[in-house]
Amino acid sequence: MNPDLVKMIFGRLNLEALPIHEPILVGTFAVVATGGLALFALVTYFRLWGYLWREWFTTVDHKRIGIMYMILGIVMLLRGFADALMMRMQQAIAFNGSDGYLPAHHYDQVFTAHGVIMIFFVAMPLVTGLMNYVVPLQIGARDVSFPFLNNFSFWMTVGGAVLVMMSLFVGEFARTGWLAYPPLSNIGYSPDVGVDYYIWGLQVAGVGTTLSGINLVCTIVKLRAPGMTMMKMPVFTWTSLCTNVLIVASFPVLTAVLALLSLDRYVGTNFFTNDFGGNPMMYVNLIWIWGHPEVYILVLPAFGIFSEVTATFSGKRLFGYTSMVYATVVITILSYLVWLHHFFTMGSGASVNSFFGITTMIISIPTGAKMFNWLFTMYRGRIRFELPMMWTVAFMLTFVIGGMTGVLLAVPPADFVLHNSLFLIAHFHNVIIGGVLFGLFAGINYWFPKAFGFRLDPFWGKLSFWFWVSGFYFAFMPLYVLGLMGVTRRLRVFDDPSLQIWFVIAAFGAFLILLGIGAMLVQFAVSILRREQLKDTTGDPWNARTLEWATSSPPPDYNFAFTPVVYDNDAWWDMKRRGYKRPLTGFKPIHMPSNTGTGIILAGFATVMGFALIWYIWWLAAVSFVALLAVAIGHTFNYHRDFHIPADEVVRTEDARTRVLAAGAQT
Amino acid sequence: MSVATITTQDSEPVFHVVDEHDHPEGASTMLGFWIYLMSDCLIFAMLFATYGVLGGNYAAGPAPKDLFDLKLVALNTTMLLLSSITYGFAMLTMEKSKIGQTQLWLAITGLFGLAFLGIELTEFAHMIHEGATPQRSAFLSSFFTLVGTHGLHVTFGLVWLVTLMVQTARFGLTEANRRRLMCLSMFWHFLDVVWIGVFTFVYLLGMLR
Repeated sequence: MNPDLVKMIFGRLNLEALPIHEPILVGTFAVVATGGLALFALVTYFRLWGYLWREWFTTVDHKRIGIMYMILGIVMLLRGFADALMMRMQQAIAFNGSDGYLPAHHYDQVFTAHGVIMIFFVAMPLVTGLMNYVVPLQIGARDVSFPFLNNFSFWMTVGGAVLVMMSLFVGEFARTGWLAYPPLSNIGYSPDVGVDYYIWGLQVAGVGTTLSGINLVCTIVKLRAPGMTMMKMPVFTWTSLCTNVLIVASFPVLTAVLALLSLDRYVGTNFFTNDFGGNPMMYVNLIWIWGHPEVYILVLPAFGIFSEVTATFSGKRLFGYTSMVYATVVITILSYLVWLHHFFTMGSGASVNSFFGITTMIISIPTGAKMFNWLFTMYRGRIRFELPMMWTVAFMLTFVIGGMTGVLLAVPPADFVLHNSLFLIAHFHNVIIGGVLFGLFAGINYWFPKAFGFRLDPFWGKLSFWFWVSGFYFAFMPLYVLGLMGVTRRLRVFDDPSLQIWFVIAAFGAFLILLGIGAMLVQFAVSILRREQLKDTTGDPWNARTLEWATSSPPPDYNFAFTPVVYDNDAWWDMKRRGYKRPLTGFKPIHMPSNTGTGIILAGFATVMGFALIWYIWWLAAVSFVALLAVAIGHTFNYHRDFHIPADEVVRTEDARTRVLAAGAQT
Repeated sequence: MSVATITTQDSEPVFHVVDEHDHPEGASTMLGFWIYLMSDCLIFAMLFATYGVLGGNYAAGPAPKDLFDLKLVALNTTMLLLSSITYGFAMLTMEKSKIGQTQLWLAITGLFGLAFLGIELTEFAHMIHEGATPQRSAFLSSFFTLVGTHGLHVTFGLVWLVTLMVQTARFGLTEANRRRLMCLSMFWHFLDVVWIGVFTFVYLLGMLR
């Protein structure tokens, strides 16, 4: 065939893009393909496609969308962790002249994909999923402000994840590190598709994140139950509000800076080039103006989870609620004033570096205040060491270490020595694993019974806990040592044999974490099998304090048959103490949003467009863009997006719960 | 203090809303749209910042004085400002439920918007013809991106305007359509405000550089 025609149809996509000569990738593909086919076959065999489409893919229910976010996050965790394990193995063996088992071309993709996936497609979906699930319940709402947008946001996040996963088997991923600094990421040094996968994966997912941020801010501001003033909101809702404000105020920056990088790559502009007046440091500044708030986007909800968990499992009101709220707000504001500490070595001079060093250190004050609040909440409380509380204690110990090394790095002269060293790697894993991930695990164990009506198995949970926590220390404490000895990040082979033992210890730690993840998956499976024994009929298995525990587990579609009225910070605790009785009569039809497939269709077109742009298939990009626009406009012609749940259906649901509660009370 | 509040409320606390009505649809839309506009504003803020940093890097190529035709830009600015005023008239007539007049003012707004885009494209074509392409220097890259992004927003605004005119014609000035026209109104005025920034910061200050 005419090569020009082929090029017009397929862009730069050709058979070379399939990595058939890389055995590791072929093996991975075989496993993924077999798994995928098996899943596809099972779903088809049990005729679940219709059910999945009607009840899940097109749902606008914040609870189901929340659960889907969590599933996405956990699946991507497996991929991100596989990358981590590969790096640890490579670094443990690449000594004494050995090249390890990963060629540089592959290794560089692995560390880039690990960072990108863990931040954007593990931590973000898990955090967003928990917020989506819990916030409307905690404020006594029936859904979020814009339920359709919520569905669309989720599928855009999936679209981004699909593009990043696709790069594994079609073409390649970026080899630039997770923030893709130019000039390395510019077209001259990264001419292939890797960086384009990076750009479009993040752009597609970024739209979803921004919109979900707007959605949750509106929800929290507008849909709180009567009586819930701002200073009566649960702390998790507060931290979610701050996080979503951060999302809205920082993700557009990422969108803009990636758009500029794409212009450099696609059009040949000179924003971040070395010549024609371009300035690569502009990119580094802009991306960290997004990047620093991003880490607080992740950790603030975790702080909220710890606050809920500590109060619940200490059987006490949270100590220092007001200071907790102000600390959160102060962290939110300060997170915008520290971005330059990521590149003190840029050479901006002593005054600028001092300013950013000092603002960075100031952040430890509100964070420390939070730490003391949790400690004082536990002080003289009746602490129950259930799984969520165990994760919280592990967090408090681990995060303090990470925080202190952070303050150390905030001192510019020290940073000049430690910049880009493994000390930095140890530090941010210490706060992200010890803070965000432990928080998410606490949250998953805490809210799982709410979402599914049965608790997670404590034995496998504890096993997972101990493997994870000990694994973390084994994996990252050696990196602090190596960093202090001057080992820089992202190295593939080493000359100095005396370093090897530390890398072997780190690899052993990664292996322990692998067992931790395995135990967690077993925990899910065992809990599903033992769901009858672990069943919770009360809707309030932990004797908790906030509104989400006032309804059944799992909650009905409408969350609350009657909108609750709030008098106290710990609204549900207050209701229990003052002898609240569930209303049994007088139910009315409930106004709800209807499901729609538009979200998944739009996100599908956006993903196709991303793929087309990555491979320079211009006609496909144009077609999918026009389709995107047409479907979006068509959707606005649908004015009937809601329905009423009839009163007798509400009566039936509530009566069923009454019977369950009565049966539970008798046993 | 909390104990005191609880004791005063101890007489028959009501823990749920008994007489609940449907929440009016779109009650959060205005707030949501404002927040969206602010996020969009941040994108422009980034582009302004980039122009601020890179705008003086001519790379031995043309500078603003060689390129900008202030008379043309003044005409262009007039088009956009007038379109904002006519959109205001559309909203006033919408308040009075005069559907025909609303549509007329919307159409005039669209024409002014088109004129704005036409003039902008002429300006761009002229610059590119003279060799002042986006690839020529960091100044031109950031200039074309900032101004072009604004122009792209106006283009989407026009698509949206036509959509809303069709919907108004088909379904009338319903509650939902009024809300949508209100959102577009905010969007349109927002673009106006951004343009005033562009006009001052890029064109006027550029001539002084």
